[in-house]
Amino acid sequence: MSLNVAVVGAGAVGRSVVELAGEYGHTVTAVADSSSAAIDPAGLDPEAVLDRKDREGAVGTAAPEDALAAEYDVLVEATPTTLGDAEPGFSHARAALESDRHAVLANKGPVAERYGDLMALERESEGSVLFEATVGGAIPVLSTIADFGADHITAARGVLNGTANFILSRMAAEGLGYEHVLSEAQDLGVAEADPAFDVEGTDAALKFVILANVLSQGDDEYRLDDADVEGIKDIPGSALDLAAEDGRTVRLIGEATPERVRVGPRLVPQHGALAMTGTRNIVQLETEHAGQLNVSGRGAGGPETATAVLSDVSRLE
Amino acid sequence: MSGDEALSADAPEEMPGEERTDGGERPQTYTIRLELVDEPGQLLAALKPIADNGGNLLSIFHERGNKTPRGHIPVEVDLECPPDRFEIIVDALREEGVNVIQAGSERYGEELTVLLVGDIVDTDLSDTLRRIERCTDATLADLSLSAPEGREDISSARLRLATRAGKATTVVDLVREVATAKGLNVVEPLMEGSA
Repeated sequence: MSLNVAVVGAGAVGRSVVELAGEYGHTVTAVADSSSAAIDPAGLDPEAVLDRKDREGAVGTAAPEDALAAEYDVLVEATPTTLGDAEPGFSHARAALESDRHAVLANKGPVAERYGDLMALERESEGSVLFEATVGGAIPVLSTIADFGADHITAARGVLNGTANFILSRMAAEGLGYEHVLSEAQDLGVAEADPAFDVEGTDAALKFVILANVLSQGDDEYRLDDADVEGIKDIPGSALDLAAEDGRTVRLIGEATPERVRVGPRLVPQHGALAMTGTRNIVQLETEHAGQLNVSGRGAGGPETATAVLSDVSRLE
Repeated sequence: MSGDEALSADAPEEMPGEERTDGGERPQTYTIRLELVDEPGQLLAALKPIADNGGNLLSIFHERGNKTPRGHIPVEVDLECPPDRFEIIVDALREEGVNVIQAGSERYGEELTVLLVGDIVDTDLSDTLRRIERCTDATLADLSLSAPEGREDISSARLRLATRAGKATTVVDLVREVATAKGLNVVEPLMEGSA
């Protein structure tokens, strides 16, 4: 069955969702960016919408909020992550759920900062909310947990920030200092001009907060403030050298249990599963009866994250 | 275990009942792992506290060819003694400055490695280590320091701590307390199963 999809947010992820929706058998009926919207209940031409965005900086001529009122089965929320009240992402999800339609989130804000509110909206709605894309890009982390049963998973740990992982693995491999590798990462487009969100651990912490919310199944609600977060800026090359002498290395590792969330630089075995190289991500689930379960892959990027969004959309058919 | 290559005496199959010491309990067999500095006389010095405190040596496996990264020689000692004597023997070894890595099957069965990062030298490294040993009842098994810029800049230290089984998390928390008081950062090991 083909679903009608409204995409709010036209950054890297939103654009890729618009581009790839057809391949997944879905129809895009509305697209909104921060200043405009394009709406067609019969289905938009993805290429035309994205061309216009490139040419004119706007996807269409309608007002952005018109997209929320358009005809759709699933609202895809792909605006930038905001903290605190998680607006405007939260209101977008609310608009979909209050009109008994589904919401699929790529925006971490509402799931990390207002999980309880979001679940309350879902309970009152005929629609469902899914958010696979908020944790680990293309990696099916949340659907693996759902399949396995959150009851039978005691902890999730791993690497969920590609930028920090790239910096630490380059520092360890090349014996270079933090500042040097950071500017290299910025040249390569692996790190943002303002890398704070990644290197201070905030981005990884949001993902592990989401994991803790999912694992605790409503018993406890976590927000970013509840997480112990430490970044990688204070790790000198000498620390990585000492770790390597002992067959270890340092990675920015997150841990989520139903009781606790923490993110910080940790010593891990140099050739262990968690010592990913480059920008790859990994999540290791500690299961009750089946030992450890590892899922790894590309944790960021437009098309990568869009595949997670579209898998969620297809689950709602 | 390395029984085949051991220097001497097999452990008796059964403890004869009449062999009692003033400990009052039947002797049991224990294994202690030590690390010795590669200098003449070290092995003898390490064995003396065992005999002096009522331990009966069963075998000594001296891995001369297999040095640790720090150039120490691992030694495995099997001995028998009444259970209440074992702790006394281990304490006596430590008092002699012998580096006990593991004692018995359980009690010092865990090792953990942490990194300290910061102004390690000027915040008095030996005092830091002393405080860690005092607060945690862990033993420092190995230490490496890297200060590429001398005392001028941030340096790093790698500590390997031997601790009692099941106590690693407590030890790490206390190490963090000691380090934080001195403005040092700690990179903890990821202890799987602890999360």
